Amino acid sequence: MRPLSTLIPGERAVVARIDIPPEQRGRLMEMGLLPGTPVELVRFAPLGDPVEIKLRNYHLSLRKLEADKIQVH
Amino acid sequence: MKPFTVVLTGNPNCGKTTLFNALTGLRGRVGNYAGVTVERKEGSLTGADARFPVTILDLPGTYSLSPQSPDEQIARDILFQRVADVPTPDLVVVVVDASNLQRNLYFATQVIELGHPTLLTLNMVDVARDRGHDIDTDALSKALGVPVIPMVASQGEGLEPLRQSIRSQASSPGTRHVIPREFNELPEAFGREAQAIETALERHFPHRSRLAAAEALLLLSDERALPTDKTNTDGNTNGNTANTRYPEALIEQVLSARRRLEAAGVDWRSTAIEARYARLFAIEQHVTRETPPPDELLSDQIDRVVTHRVWGPLIFVTVMALMFQSIFWLAQYPMSGIEAAVDALAQWVGSSMPPGDLNDLITRGAIAGVGSVVIFLPQICLLFLFIGLLEDTGYMSRAAFLMDRLMSRVGLHGKSFIPMLSSFACAIPGIMATRTIETRQDRLATILVAPLMSCSARLPVYTVLIAACIPQRNGWPGLTLLMMYLLGIGGALGMAWIFKKTLLRGEPPMLILELPPYKRPMLGAVLRQMWDRSKLFLKRAGTVILGINILLWFLATYPRSSELQQEFDQRHAQWKQAASNPPTSAESETLKRLDQEEAGEKLRQSFAGRLGRAIEPALKPLGFDWKIGIGIVTSFAAREVFVSTLSVVYNVGGDSENTASLAEVMKSERRDDGRKTYTPLTGLTLMVFYVFAMQCVSTVAVVRRETNSWKWPLFQTVYMTSLAWILAFLTYQVGTRLGF
Repeated sequence: MRPLSTLIPGERAVVARIDIPPEQRGRLMEMGLLPGTPVELVRFAPLGDPVEIKLRNYHLSLRKLEADKIQVH
Repeated sequence: MKPFTVVLTGNPNCGKTTLFNALTGLRGRVGNYAGVTVERKEGSLTGADARFPVTILDLPGTYSLSPQSPDEQIARDILFQRVADVPTPDLVVVVVDASNLQRNLYFATQVIELGHPTLLTLNMVDVARDRGHDIDTDALSKALGVPVIPMVASQGEGLEPLRQSIRSQASSPGTRHVIPREFNELPEAFGREAQAIETALERHFPHRSRLAAAEALLLLSDERALPTDKTNTDGNTNGNTANTRYPEALIEQVLSARRRLEAAGVDWRSTAIEARYARLFAIEQHVTRETPPPDELLSDQIDRVVTHRVWGPLIFVTVMALMFQSIFWLAQYPMSGIEAAVDALAQWVGSSMPPGDLNDLITRGAIAGVGSVVIFLPQICLLFLFIGLLEDTGYMSRAAFLMDRLMSRVGLHGKSFIPMLSSFACAIPGIMATRTIETRQDRLATILVAPLMSCSARLPVYTVLIAACIPQRNGWPGLTLLMMYLLGIGGALGMAWIFKKTLLRGEPPMLILELPPYKRPMLGAVLRQMWDRSKLFLKRAGTVILGINILLWFLATYPRSSELQQEFDQRHAQWKQAASNPPTSAESETLKRLDQEEAGEKLRQSFAGRLGRAIEPALKPLGFDWKIGIGIVTSFAAREVFVSTLSVVYNVGGDSENTASLAEVMKSERRDDGRKTYTPLTGLTLMVFYVFAMQCVSTVAVVRRETNSWKWPLFQTVYMTSLAWILAFLTYQVGTRLGF
């Protein structure tokens, strides 16, 4: 298991655990980012942050701070 | 007869607005919800049977029924029948982006569970097909239990079936009956608790019992759905009115249910979300046939360039530079046209009316004053056009993606970038756009700094001052203008950083930003939006600015001193006696100076002159004289009034021999001690002042509405005005020391 932010662009993985406090991660989960969801890291922004990921056929951007707390395998 | 109310709802970027425009023929009315500046779009269905009128209401886009921001809250409150002036929806049309089915169905199924008569429009089926998702509409309809209409709203495909369906429901309202449906397979313990809460809700709120099941689920799983006193202080309407307020016993029941679930090891926050997505995944598998698309999608190809490490920032800077350049370059032609028209109107009115005070009031006070502001309409239209295009193509969210790192340095959000960029046009839409920012601190910080971005109302001020004060060579005018914009940006970022470190300290906000596929902009809709926004500017010119100008004319004209008049009449008579016929050029020059002296002396004696001189001590350290003081005072309500004030103060327009432009008049203007008034340093100092000063009642009013308190707009006005004074002071003092 490793953080989502350690994937390289183009790499795919499956969300294992979301270590963001429950009261803050609601919207993220409503956007479909759940344990078991396949994700692809698309790219990092030119300044290194945020990251762009692809899940459930759409593109979403998150900060590295959050991506660090999303464990994938 | 009460019209049949259709509510349009769906995720952001699902094509809802396109559909709304198509259904209402671009004639929707745009307004705000009572008490909040969340845009409210309402229109009549075109082609509806006259006996059965249909009203269509477009809700703000939202990802779920657990709102994170004020605009999402309005959408939820209307669907939950909590907004007093919006009737219960007779039909809910959920717009779903077919190319992003699962996530769109998350919200759609939440809406279906509400129990309103619901219809699902599967939009952008063409995009979905290109991406290899072939959706079986009938199977989807069966799985969801509601009619599904496939469509391509931008091409008009599928519109007729939708209209037909709306019309037939509007004309036979008795035939609608809804079979309650749920899209969660909940763990038994969770289901039991939800059931108990549902029963309690039905007992307390019998008039909206059809919502009870969905509301129970939401109350149990969304901690913000329970209105507590805390959630009510952040200036948003919680829909927490008498008819929706939950009784203590019910709140206690929900809280204890959550505790029981926690004790049993059930995560009450995520259980329902996971259960719903599990079901949606199964539905999607069942209704779509996937074929992998042959090539990389065009949108992804574009993104590889536009968000590229090197090309991305370069393209971003180029787009911004092109935008501002073309605003000036393209606007100059219509602007000179408007200017000529205003002059012609003033002259025509002036010559076809008997001379006197009324003539003067109309030509100088009303026409020249308002005209000097209306001239800027082309620039403002262009600015709104570009912003509309950036939004509509999807580039705006890429800009937020690119800029987020910089914004996070000052403690803000990539999402704050969009309101700040819109504030270049006008702080009002900018401040309204902060509704998409979830956390209160970030939203407030953005609201507080948004007016520092140089808005279109400053353009007239900058333009006139640059023309009058800055050397017109070597690209100085453009460079000065750029400097002012950069100063505003720097000021906004700096102040945001300070606010986030002090007053509005908080967790670094989470960024959850969707990057929708690029699309071709709908020109009609963009133009329509441009016009709606520009109209506000015109309306302001026709009301606030006209009013101020008329008032100003009185202040600048009265009280009249008969001694002064006599003195100048005498001197005019002397000149006439001494002058040859026709007068030599030296003699004409003397007359001109005499006229100027007379106008200046009259102004000095007027109320406006006294006002200007009264505040002169505060402005002297900035190098401003009392005439500029008049401009600053009158433009307190709206920045662009500064320009029209100067044209009244310096007596431009109206009298037919003197058609020199305002900037020309300003160039020849002298101080009481004979030095030129508008030196480059004065111009620069004034511009710096205008970069930072609040000077806009409309912004104050909007901030008041958005924050629901007087505290923030007052604080904002005070901090901005102080900052303006201090920085203008520094500019002037340093400039003087350096010998400018």
